[in-house]
Amino acid sequence: MTAPPAGLPEGRPDHDAANRLDSAEAADPGNHRPILTGSDLSRITARIAHQILEKTRGATDTVLLGIPTRGVPLAARLADRIAAFEGVQVPVGTLDVTLYRDDLRLQRTRAVGPTDLPPGGIDGKRVILADDVLFSGRTVRAALDALNDLGRPSQVQLAVLVDRGHRQLPIRADYVGKNLPTSLAESVRVLLREVDGADAVLLAGPSEDTVPAAGGERR
Amino acid sequence: MITHLLSAADLDRATATLVLDTATEMATVAGREVKKLPTLRGRTVVNLFYEDSTRTRTSFEVAAKRLSADVINFSAKGSSVSKGESLKDTALTLQAMGADAVVIRHSASGAPHRLARWVDGSVVNAGDGTHEHPTQALLDAYTMRSRLGTLEGLRVAIVGDVLHSRVARSNVLLLATLGAKVTLVSPPTLLPVGVGCWPCAVGYDLDAVLADVDVVMMLRVQRERMNDSYFPSAREYARRYGLDVARAGRLPEHAIVMHPGPMNRGMEIAPEVADSARATIVEQVANGVSVRMAVLYLLLGGKS
Repeated sequence: MTAPPAGLPEGRPDHDAANRLDSAEAADPGNHRPILTGSDLSRITARIAHQILEKTRGATDTVLLGIPTRGVPLAARLADRIAAFEGVQVPVGTLDVTLYRDDLRLQRTRAVGPTDLPPGGIDGKRVILADDVLFSGRTVRAALDALNDLGRPSQVQLAVLVDRGHRQLPIRADYVGKNLPTSLAESVRVLLREVDGADAVLLAGPSEDTVPAAGGERR
Repeated sequence: MITHLLSAADLDRATATLVLDTATEMATVAGREVKKLPTLRGRTVVNLFYEDSTRTRTSFEVAAKRLSADVINFSAKGSSVSKGESLKDTALTLQAMGADAVVIRHSASGAPHRLARWVDGSVVNAGDGTHEHPTQALLDAYTMRSRLGTLEGLRVAIVGDVLHSRVARSNVLLLATLGAKVTLVSPPTLLPVGVGCWPCAVGYDLDAVLADVDVVMMLRVQRERMNDSYFPSAREYARRYGLDVARAGRLPEHAIVMHPGPMNRGMEIAPEVADSARATIVEQVANGVSVRMAVLYLLLGGKS
């Protein structure tokens, strides 16, 4: 696991965070507590990129697949960082898992997003799935099923920005940006510039849109 | 999302676009080695066909099977219908068997609307009488969009027997919703009463519109319905409303030729035109599967 030793604060909610989160707060004036700020996020992506390079010995034969919505820009950022550090261009793709979810009939119909594999495909490659929040593990299970139908990777790894716990399946991430112990009544919101116009991770207190225990990951 | 797909008019612009976008993603499945998704595992789709139709029935069957649904094909021939069972009793039987969706083709206009009141599952209209055929309109719109990029402002001519054509009616409604400009070109005897209220233009001269369209959709001359004298002779119809090589030559460079099939080659469309690069007839069949997958997913994929 890539979790830092206990006691070493990773994302510190500094005092001027609130000022930087103006747009996010304006969009949703709930009781959101900032956990990570934009600069924390850039440090974290840099760290994960380094860890990927270290663990995969140079990220050769590696493909990054982002799980929509926010896994996609995350995968692109990791590839950018890896290119900046080592000059290695890791192919980036998108893997939509909607059609493989096990909670389809429990929720309203979801729109299907695009699945774009890099030109080289994934056969025999090391696939690193990227997502924003790891929660029940059901999204990752769906992603593993989807990968099965698309090819045969030599290895599959998982990189997430936030691991909030409460796993319902035996799944763990290879690269974790921040371990964030939460209660089920809380929800974690990840904001990324490419999607939301700002970079931040927010923790919201109990609210009526909190996902029930049997539901999927909160994105 | 809607519960049933009975008419192209059920779809507003956002929903219709959602169906087309979903179909784009479904189309990528056809190119894969494993052409199967687990999405509708455990769901049952009944194909209830009171009229013969290999093309549409197979298309729905392939679509449902690619989504892992169980498919029951039920044709009126050789079933209890020939013993006199009513549509309502058939519906209740299907209901008791736990059908999640019923795809119905019926010779009576409005039969799917009746059925929708009797069953709990979703009802998809696969053609009712001379009324509508919404999934055909969706696949036509999808084909136009994938060939020409956009539907907004597209000029579409629908040519032929509009009176008996559920394809024409559904296309006029859907294309108007999606921002295309439709012109119906037909002999006056083959236009329905009240066509003036449809959201389209009407013309009688094919040559007058050819130079000015992006899409020509030729309709099948339904010989089985030609029991009255709608036009003097097949030859005269072909001369005035058939898309021959000379007429196809006057189309703009980028224009495409569509036909819902099955074709009467030499009657409404010349074989050379049907086999040319601008014809999308085979493509339409392939797109039909993607669009029907999208419709079944959007109707059955979520909580009802």
